[in-house]
Amino acid sequence: MDYFLELLMGGLTRGSIYALIALGYTMVYGIIQLINFAHGEIYMIGAFTALIVASVLTMNGMTGISVLILASVVAVLYSAAYGFTVEKIAYKPLRQAPRLSPLISAIGMSIFLQNYVMLAQTSDFLPFPNLIPDLPFMEHYSHIISSAELIIVLTTAVVTIILTLFIKFTKIGKAMRATAQDQEMAMLAGVNVNRVISNTFIIGSVLAAIGGVLIASHIGRINFYIGFIAGIKAFTAAVLGGIGSIPGAVLGGMVLGWTESFATGYVSSDYEDVFAFCLLVLILIFRPAGLLGRSTAQKV
Amino acid sequence: MKRSSFHIPLLALFGAALLMTVLSDTLTAAETIKLGVAGAHSGDLASYGLPTVKAAELVVKETNAKGGVLGRQIELFVEDDVCKPEVATNTATKLVSKSVNAVIGHICSGATKAALGIYKDAKIIAVSPSATNPDLTQSGQYPNFYRTIASDDAQARLEVDFAIGKLKVKKIAVLHDKGDYGKGLAEFAKKFVDDSKKATVVLFEGITPGAVDYSAVVQKIKKSGADAVIYGGYHPEASSIVAQMRKKNMKTFFISDDGVKDDTFIKVAQKYAEGVYATGPKDTSKNPLAVAANEAHKKAYTADPGAFFLNGYAATQAILSAIQKAGSTDYAALGKALQTELVDTPLGKIKFDKRGDAIGVGFSMYQVRKGVYVEVK
Repeated sequence: MDYFLELLMGGLTRGSIYALIALGYTMVYGIIQLINFAHGEIYMIGAFTALIVASVLTMNGMTGISVLILASVVAVLYSAAYGFTVEKIAYKPLRQAPRLSPLISAIGMSIFLQNYVMLAQTSDFLPFPNLIPDLPFMEHYSHIISSAELIIVLTTAVVTIILTLFIKFTKIGKAMRATAQDQEMAMLAGVNVNRVISNTFIIGSVLAAIGGVLIASHIGRINFYIGFIAGIKAFTAAVLGGIGSIPGAVLGGMVLGWTESFATGYVSSDYEDVFAFCLLVLILIFRPAGLLGRSTAQKV
Repeated sequence: MKRSSFHIPLLALFGAALLMTVLSDTLTAAETIKLGVAGAHSGDLASYGLPTVKAAELVVKETNAKGGVLGRQIELFVEDDVCKPEVATNTATKLVSKSVNAVIGHICSGATKAALGIYKDAKIIAVSPSATNPDLTQSGQYPNFYRTIASDDAQARLEVDFAIGKLKVKKIAVLHDKGDYGKGLAEFAKKFVDDSKKATVVLFEGITPGAVDYSAVVQKIKKSGADAVIYGGYHPEASSIVAQMRKKNMKTFFISDDGVKDDTFIKVAQKYAEGVYATGPKDTSKNPLAVAANEAHKKAYTADPGAFFLNGYAATQAILSAIQKAGSTDYAALGKALQTELVDTPLGKIKFDKRGDAIGVGFSMYQVRKGVYVEVK
């Protein structure tokens, strides 16, 4: 039973990691039907920024939770600026182009950012300090779930709830939903579509940066390539849950995390990815729009 | 090293030119001892083969200056195989037709394998400085083959012996990263543990390189009750697994290979690296003979020696010493001398076992202590 619980919690953590990144994919897709392949790189840049800030602060004698908060804030701001700029440079000029063009542009952006970080920083793995403090009351349960894992799970839950409320009840959220439904109509009704899209990218990048800080702190190492692998898995999670749907991204992340965890635990880690993608194929056969995706008829 | 594809026309031309120079040489020196040096001397793997040529040249020059071996001067026949098996057979045939007494080479495992049959039929001994494929010695097909480098399975052997003999563990989990190198090592480790009958492999699994986390695998190791983990692969995954094991308060020994015996591993895993075992090449750089050989190379070529230089140096010394001790270049006598007579080389005092692997050459066990790898005696 303990073993099952351990796998369940391991899968939950992994799923939360995927979900946190998948939220950014799904939001951008919901608004402009673009798969933002550079999203994983924003996550990676967030982690790098946090590493640099944390190193500087630690060198100046700061410790504890204040380092985590300051590093996260800087990482969030910096990543948001990147997300905003990437959209302006790579996607906005292609707004009216066929849908494949921004996709190619996104892949190019992803490669560019990876190589930029590799050249500007290093191609080696770097150690990432353990910024998440160990909670004393978690000591007893650390064999099942560690403090860092607990904080990742909680953060994902909180972020998802806030995001859902934000989209449901604020003015910007309303504008986002309008843009997602029909861009032209929203524009005619007086919605500043360009600003809505910029906001979406900024929010997605903020989530990615939070993920970057927490996950890198949990794993303890980063390099310029982490965004790519995490991005692919998160993208899978988004598709699994129904791309464009926010609860779908979270559910997809969890399902993917649990599948991998249980497949490893009860079958063999050799086939971890095989099980994950078999599940993806099966779900897409029976529910082509994903678990929570709504299949809408294409407007012709 | 394994490579394939070809440059036959180029090589034929090169070979012909070489043959001509070599022919004119042989006419002048009739009673020499002929040593072939074969390996990758051109193409993109030339950097692996050329240092051995230089090593052989240095040893031969020194020996000739001292009056040669058995009163005879030594002559080198350098032949290129571009690291390609199909070229290596031509190279070997050429050397055989020049009736060389022994061969230093080849460099790449694939090329070596292709050439060995030809040498075997001609009763010529070959000593490779760099071919690490385990089969070359273990298959028993090539009694004429010796090498001054440890084979790929030597690390697995060392890891298993260390785990069972020194750490006295009974249950071992063997993990790998599914790559050629890591999986190959892990399979050897599993086999050695099974054969030893003193311990059991309780878990044998491949992990996904680059995965976000390895908590499920770590839980599985814990559930298996393993006392030690033997991991075949490289340091990025190893540091993740070790860190997660230690975070879960697992005291399980972690033993790995020269893909992990890298300072980056310690830098990334930080405090979690403490106590990790890893095998790595024996450190011979402080051996006075190695220092002297490196110095000689610097003096002659005004550059630092390249890959396998010391192994090539040792191979040449071993064969010349064997000729000296055997008193002839006879195939059987040479083989016996290689297996019985110790020779002092930059790699230490070596001789060869029955299968042709050098005894005393190879890997040592290292452990991370206070942030550095320290050799475990």
